[in-house]
Amino acid sequence: MSTSELKIKTKKTGESINLRQYGMMIALIGIFVVFTVATKGTLFFPDNFNNLVMQNSYVVILACGMVLCVLTGNVDLSVGSVTAFVGAVSASLMVRQNMPVWAAIICALLIGLMVGAFQGFFIAYIRIPAFIVTLADMLIFRGLTMVVLAGQTVGPLDASYRKIAAGYLPTLFVQFNTLEWNMFGKTFRTGGLTIDMVSIIVGILAAVAIVILEINNRRTKKKYNFKVTSVVQSAIKVIVIAAIANIFTFKLGSSSGLPIVLLILVVIILIYSFVTQNTVAGRHIYAYGGNAKAAQLSGIKTQRVMFWVYVSMGLMCAIAGIVLSSRNGSATPKAGDGFELDAMASCYIGGASTTGGIGTVIGAVVGAMIMGVLNMGMSLLGWSVDWQKVVKGAVLLGAVTFDLISKRKSTK
Amino acid sequence: MSNVLLEMRHITKVFSGVKALDDVNLTVKEGEIHALCGENGAGKSTLMNVLSGVYPFGSYSGEIMFQGKECKFHDIKASENEGIVIIHQELALSPYLSIAENVFIGNEQTKMGSVIDWNRTRKHSTDLLKEVGLENENVNTRIMDIGVGKQQLVEIAKALSKKVKLLILDEPTAALNDEESNKLLLLLKKLQKQGITSIMISHKLNEISQVADVITVIRDGHVIETIERGTAPINEDRIIKGMVGRELTNRYPDRDHNVGEVVFEVRNWNVYHPQEADRKVINNVNINVRRGEVVGLAGLMGAGRTELAMSIFGRSYGQKISGTVYKDGKQINMHTISDAVDNGVAYVTEDRKTYGLVLINDIKWNMSLASLHSFANKYGVINKNEEILAAHEYRSKINVKSNSIEQTVGSLSGGNQQKVVLAKWILTHPDILILDEPTRGIDVGAKYEIYCVINQLIAEGKSIIIISSEMSEVLGMADRVYVVNEGEIAGELSREEASQEAIMKCIMSHQKGGQ
Repeated sequence: MSTSELKIKTKKTGESINLRQYGMMIALIGIFVVFTVATKGTLFFPDNFNNLVMQNSYVVILACGMVLCVLTGNVDLSVGSVTAFVGAVSASLMVRQNMPVWAAIICALLIGLMVGAFQGFFIAYIRIPAFIVTLADMLIFRGLTMVVLAGQTVGPLDASYRKIAAGYLPTLFVQFNTLEWNMFGKTFRTGGLTIDMVSIIVGILAAVAIVILEINNRRTKKKYNFKVTSVVQSAIKVIVIAAIANIFTFKLGSSSGLPIVLLILVVIILIYSFVTQNTVAGRHIYAYGGNAKAAQLSGIKTQRVMFWVYVSMGLMCAIAGIVLSSRNGSATPKAGDGFELDAMASCYIGGASTTGGIGTVIGAVVGAMIMGVLNMGMSLLGWSVDWQKVVKGAVLLGAVTFDLISKRKSTK
Repeated sequence: MSNVLLEMRHITKVFSGVKALDDVNLTVKEGEIHALCGENGAGKSTLMNVLSGVYPFGSYSGEIMFQGKECKFHDIKASENEGIVIIHQELALSPYLSIAENVFIGNEQTKMGSVIDWNRTRKHSTDLLKEVGLENENVNTRIMDIGVGKQQLVEIAKALSKKVKLLILDEPTAALNDEESNKLLLLLKKLQKQGITSIMISHKLNEISQVADVITVIRDGHVIETIERGTAPINEDRIIKGMVGRELTNRYPDRDHNVGEVVFEVRNWNVYHPQEADRKVINNVNINVRRGEVVGLAGLMGAGRTELAMSIFGRSYGQKISGTVYKDGKQINMHTISDAVDNGVAYVTEDRKTYGLVLINDIKWNMSLASLHSFANKYGVINKNEEILAAHEYRSKINVKSNSIEQTVGSLSGGNQQKVVLAKWILTHPDILILDEPTRGIDVGAKYEIYCVINQLIAEGKSIIIISSEMSEVLGMADRVYVVNEGEIAGELSREEASQEAIMKCIMSHQKGGQ
């Protein structure tokens, strides 16, 4: 009797953990469904998938960098200003100095790394609170952006540079005619479609990769004699993820193909997610945020951890700055205003803790997408920007409240 | 004298299906010192939290009679109004405020409604400090500038300011040295004469048998027995038997004493205070450890033992450190903690919650933290399966009681947390382990298990330096004892020479010599 009771108990806790883990992802899908219904399907149009990626790319990039800062229990307030600054420098190098595009991009990335190292030096080695250092840099780099641009918009930028954020991977469009077929005595009809086959193939390859990874994972777990989740559970997980990925690529394929910026996003997300979850360096970041003193006494070089976290943030600011100026086709003094808040909100909505040590890259990405879907849905419904801000604020407060209360319940 | 002050009847408290207290009855008479004993997790603190209103009326079943009437406390304030004051293990003092402000925190002395009356605050707190034996302290001193022992006394002064009738102390001497503990116990005796009743939760059995009039032993949420002084002899073995449900014939497990050659040596070690560059904390210390040997560092609180150990361990304490460290006859470089780990030296901290564990993470995560590189390939990618395997192995090897290796360490009891910290350092495969207060605040059963782990490590040919404020622990475990006093080695005693008297004599003569 006691063993059967135990089984039920462990099964239950397992499920509740899973639910919490996927809670925000389910919320994202829920929000998406709600707005799709509210906009009578407009949100589900292929072009809106395209816009979703394009419009939120810089927030996702910044959220990836920001989540590391948040994991250490800190924030970076300067990312909006640094993003603008990097964009301004690369734009003026190209427009005013006639520098080739590739050189300007390298310069931009180096500037990002240098700004990150500058911040990291003060935060990690001089031990000035990150809040203060980044607040100072928020002012410094906003000011320098104005100086570099002389208060004006610099553009238009070279077409090849603009391709980064507005261009697409090579496409292979295939025309599908209207199909009709009879089944159960009814006539079904599909609309005529033009689809990029590259997108479809990428989607299928992604699905295959997901399946192979899961099978591999199960195989090694078995080799170690560990308990594996049931085949059904694994299958459901794989099918859901693969389906979402394929809906996404299908929609993008029906629009204009795969955006170049999506490739950049996927690479960044995969790298950041892998580093935080599977490497010693990532573990050190979590340890620092969870208990800095214990981390230090465990032989972790905490100052070095802090330094590289801010260098990584600087690099992400540079990439975001390139993408932003590329998308706008110019650099403006006001660019990136408030990005730091969007990036931070993404992390917190995605389940990161303000005190550090808790949070994931995927969570932050989901948080960024929740805000992106909210933005787009409300715009499609014709809500004003003013009200959009109110709703976004309320969502942030609501998400963190929900997270804290559910955590409190589970510990009691 | 024999009026019943408090009666708790049929108290049952359930936490998510588990009975933490099961039909507990407790009777406390006026003017007695009542000790509550039990292993960690036995339910002592839960019972006291029920009494003081931390768990409000309605969240438990049973009734509480205090001074003859039934009480239904909804919060701590309600129980304090009746004169029941609880002093928790983690002191509730604000470090940047003065002693006077802390004494009246939440109970401010005011005039004209809500303006603080500073004269009255200082005057009354001076009086209260006198009562608890702190007459030499300036009431304007910040709390952070006085030691833990004195802070504990300030807590008692705070309780007195609330017109306390029943004082509850949760592990009051856990962080104190023998001298400070003695002072505290004498104070309890003095308050007893003034008619203040006390309930004291403690793991230190010698203290309990010293001051308690009545001892109630709790195990697994049940009252096992109540022993009254006078009716029955109070001896430690009997209490231990009641607590653990079995007879611990020997509190320190036996081991073979096969001591080998010198493997670790510290020579001419000098350390200065990290903030005050002129203050020498460690003065010309020379110590060595042999293979398969347990070396004890005995001394009073503040003697410099932790400072010595941490300064050796990757220079994690102090500045302007000079001296040399030899391992296996070769001089080694230990300028950083990772150097120390690479050289096979480990230090298990005295403060596991602050310096030892990441409480929000789980057992396996904490266990592998100091040895992550051994689970990773050359690119720094961790093999999580190997990590799980190691965590399973060590969880069963040193008997960490938990649901799984995925349980967060914050939810473990003190003894099990200590075992996780130990496992974390054993996983770095050290040759020299420095254990700083390895059994502080943990129960007798868990202590025994930790001693067994120590013996196991010794049997594997490792060497151990043990720092403990409990002299009996040093005497029970060590092959050789260094007596530390005021940052110097005051003496070295072999296992045969070492005794409580010999250690104290050593300290006394060193203090005289120093003056």
